[in-house]
Amino acid sequence: MEYSLAILVLPLCAFLFLGLFSKVLSHKISGIIGTCSLAVVAVLSYVVAFTYFTTCNVDGVWQTVMPINFEWLSFTQNLHIDLGILLDPISVMMLVVISTVSLMVHIYSMGYMKGEKGFQRYYAILSLFTFSMLGLVIATNIFQMYIFWELVGVSSYLLIGFYYTKPSAVAASKKAFIVTRFADLGFLMGILILSYFTGTFDFGVLTENNGFNVISSMQGISFMGISAATWAMTLIFIGGAGKSAMFPLHIWLPDAMEGPTPVSALIHAATMVVAGVYLVARLFPVYCFATPEVLTLIAYVGAFTALFAAVIAITQTDIKRVLAFSTISQIAYMMVALGVSGYNGHDGLGYMSSMFHLFTHAFFKALLFLGAGSVIHAVHSNEMKNMGGLKKYMPITHITFLIACLAIAGIPPFSGFFSKDEILAAAFMHDKIIFVTLWVVAGLTAFYMFRLYYNIFWGEESVHEHVPHESPKIMTYPLLFLALLSIVAGLIPFGELVSADKIPLHTHIEWGVATAGVLVALTGIFVARTFYRKKSEMPARIAISLGRLYRATAKKFYIDEVWYFVTRKIIFRHVSTPIAKFDKKYIDGTMDAIGNTTVKTSEITKNLQSGRVQWYAWVFITGVLIITVVFLLSRG
Amino acid sequence: MDFGNFLIMRQEVGLMLIFLIMLVLDIFASEKSCIRKYFQPVACILFLVHTVFGFLFPSEGTAFGGLYVTSSLTTWMKHILDLGVLFMFLQSGSWLHSTDALKRRAGEFYVISLATLLGMYIMVSAGNLMMLYIGIETASLPMAILAAYNKYQHKSAEAGAKYIMLTSFSSGIMLFGISFLYAAAGTLYYGDINLTDGNFFTITGLVFFLSGLGFKISLVPFHLWTADVYEGAPTSITAFLSVASKAAACFALIFALYQAFGSLVTAWKPVLWWLIVITITLGNIFALRQKDIKRFFAFSSISQAGYIMLGVISGTSQGMTAVVYYLLVYLFANMAAFGIISAVENKTGRTDFGVYNGLGKTSPVLAFVMMLAVFSLAGIPPLGGFFSKFFLFAAAAQQGEYLLVFIALLNTVISLYYYLLVVRAMYIRPAEENAEKVNADTYNKISLLVCTVALIAVGIASFIYTNIDALSFGIR
Repeated sequence: MEYSLAILVLPLCAFLFLGLFSKVLSHKISGIIGTCSLAVVAVLSYVVAFTYFTTCNVDGVWQTVMPINFEWLSFTQNLHIDLGILLDPISVMMLVVISTVSLMVHIYSMGYMKGEKGFQRYYAILSLFTFSMLGLVIATNIFQMYIFWELVGVSSYLLIGFYYTKPSAVAASKKAFIVTRFADLGFLMGILILSYFTGTFDFGVLTENNGFNVISSMQGISFMGISAATWAMTLIFIGGAGKSAMFPLHIWLPDAMEGPTPVSALIHAATMVVAGVYLVARLFPVYCFATPEVLTLIAYVGAFTALFAAVIAITQTDIKRVLAFSTISQIAYMMVALGVSGYNGHDGLGYMSSMFHLFTHAFFKALLFLGAGSVIHAVHSNEMKNMGGLKKYMPITHITFLIACLAIAGIPPFSGFFSKDEILAAAFMHDKIIFVTLWVVAGLTAFYMFRLYYNIFWGEESVHEHVPHESPKIMTYPLLFLALLSIVAGLIPFGELVSADKIPLHTHIEWGVATAGVLVALTGIFVARTFYRKKSEMPARIAISLGRLYRATAKKFYIDEVWYFVTRKIIFRHVSTPIAKFDKKYIDGTMDAIGNTTVKTSEITKNLQSGRVQWYAWVFITGVLIITVVFLLSRG
Repeated sequence: MDFGNFLIMRQEVGLMLIFLIMLVLDIFASEKSCIRKYFQPVACILFLVHTVFGFLFPSEGTAFGGLYVTSSLTTWMKHILDLGVLFMFLQSGSWLHSTDALKRRAGEFYVISLATLLGMYIMVSAGNLMMLYIGIETASLPMAILAAYNKYQHKSAEAGAKYIMLTSFSSGIMLFGISFLYAAAGTLYYGDINLTDGNFFTITGLVFFLSGLGFKISLVPFHLWTADVYEGAPTSITAFLSVASKAAACFALIFALYQAFGSLVTAWKPVLWWLIVITITLGNIFALRQKDIKRFFAFSSISQAGYIMLGVISGTSQGMTAVVYYLLVYLFANMAAFGIISAVENKTGRTDFGVYNGLGKTSPVLAFVMMLAVFSLAGIPPLGGFFSKFFLFAAAAQQGEYLLVFIALLNTVISLYYYLLVVRAMYIRPAEENAEKVNADTYNKISLLVCTVALIAVGIASFIYTNIDALSFGIR
């Protein structure tokens, strides 16, 4: 399957081409070039997936295939950085997800971004992002993954800050970059610790024999009472938590909504933000066997984040922010599923359900964002109060959005139901507290999604600048396609393809858990309907009666403020300012002094170069004689 | 007489052949003959054939009873010199056709340059101090003619006069030193000189001898001619002086120091140490305030010479490799820079910094190449210059010369400042009024293209370094 290299090369070429010739190309041509290259990538990904899942199962175990792998930099005999392509069930699944969603976003953007300044730049960076994300998932070793991980961060930064004339967008892009970069530092340290002890970056070597290499090489080594393996894996998880917006590193994601909406659909819903989940899944055998305590930590961080973000989502009025918090909550769901998972057979249900939810969530969340983009396109606002009653103007957006809401709420037979049911079942098997948390979150999810839905499409019509209209076909077709996927994606026998131990897992619907899940979701929907379908005083009254709690939630529990306090008040004022002063006064001063002295010396010695030959000969002979004398004297 | 000796000297013989062809062409082609137009391509092609031939059929061995020594390492060194001459030929076309007086004498230029190169070949291949001296003289005398090539221009004539006077002066002292050494050792063959005790004769002879080569490499305090001659000589000649002449002297110095005076290593090392320190520092300090780009590169080349000596002082085969490699990269960078200087000079007739203001706007490609060249000279990764400096410093550090490497590193910081002055002029300063786009002629473009590719590729292609490394093993 060497042709899988083309999946990487094409978007890179598209990026270089669009980037280099952006001034020459028209909007339309550059859009078409970007989209066509992505279409080829998508087809290739499907071919790879089809070939992989039809041929690479040997004796009932999914094989890991490396069509390409070469040594790029070698440090020692053992420790070297390779570049290559690794195909196994999860990377193949990610290829399909990324290329599909990216293709839809490419098509959709041709309508959404029409006439925007910097359209070519937009497509160029979109290609760069797709390249980096694809590179990340097919990485054969943790260092290659790290390289692409950073590339993903950069392209995300560029896309969030796409409207660079808007101060809020610039601030958001910086915030996203700094927060994730901060987390990446943890990731890098984790990589270094891991490779220092094991002497390898390779995923295959790290995970073979149930993480035996990690366990044996780090045995008995500890730092501050915590074993080295735990340190390494926790640090790596911090990197993942940064990208996947886990509490308390989630603060960048809501702000990242300043970017163009299709970007939010691609990066901040379906692909980049699940990189953390993917990372944990990639190293799952190590987490599971070498450091189960980190896995427990992941489960609890995930469960807390899921609840926390769901509660905030209820109070937000910017529709993209609601979706952002919903994304945080859903990704936390996936994290929890990994956290509660075991390895062998049916114990590995959590792993499988996590990947399953990643898969289905990518489609319906992309659909939600693109639908929200379509709405924003029509009413030119992100605020709920400017919407309402849009269902008669935008029938396609309405229907597809409804399908996505039902999917995310977990109503059968939509895709979200299947994956969520597996997660709940896995949590039920493992830890009842987590199960209850997730169960509550499922209800909250249904509630805030339908609050969003009713506020946009039902309720009282607000005053618009012009009559809202349905989006052009180029935007609605991707919606319809994604809606189709949101309906049917759940029917794939996912456990047969993806499982922790790579042995097909036969799953079935846990009816008890499913019934509980569906009931709580229906309750959520019902409450949302009574509150928001028609104008009602209830929500306002509840908000008033909750008072401070409501305000705290609406302000996202002041987490941003806490970070600001830590960074601005403490670090900037008491650490950075004195250092800056020291730097300016002493370091700069010394450097200035050296510089000035050099210039002065140069001024003085200028006379040496007089231009007179006699003088030159004189210096020459004096030089020779002085050297000889010094030399003779020093020899004694 | 054994004519097999000439077979061993086939690189020199080939060079003489081209020399004769060009001479005959020049003599018999009448002034209006159309052959005159093709001197440049003919010379370039012949010379390219010679270079490739030398590359394909390297010779090894000694001739004339050890007067002449050749090995794969000397062959490599000669190729580096060849490249310098080739680039000079490519870059000099426009200049040679700029006035009628020059046009009439175009043939001479090639003949004299080749004669210089022959001298350099002999310097590199010498196995005897007298042979070395003859090589140096063969290289120097035509070089003075070249420096004075624009004889009706005051500055060029002055450069030629200064060069010939000072070079005779330094040759005299060097010869004096050689005679001392002969008195001390009783022989002039590298292999037989086995001086161990540092008596008056030996030390004085050694210092005098070193001063002669130091003059060619332009080590401080034997460097004073450099700026005036570089500034006055025609730009292509300056390029040649700064690269080939320096490289040949460096190679000759390596062989002389390690093959003839290897036993005196403890004696000359401290001398070289101090020479390096003042050379790098003074070269840099002078370069800071130059207003003329050719003078500027003169001082930059002085400090570069100091860096090169870092490899010589390390005295290991790794150091030798680093020197050869450094000179290779230095050649590409300097030749690229001078190619652009001569293009700009042909267009505007000026060499001051003012014409470089805003070059990034008016001729972006040339400015970009210039930027790569100075970045490489300053040693910025990923260009070749970074790796070559790195290898030199590594070689010296391995021998425990930490203080020296530290001083050299400090100096790279200063050098970064003045190299960036060029970049600032090109990219940040606004262009002068009515500044026009500068175009290099086709031959010059070829040379610039080759240099640019080489600057980037040499750093990445590690096999070049490994290849030289394999050869320089066993130099001592």
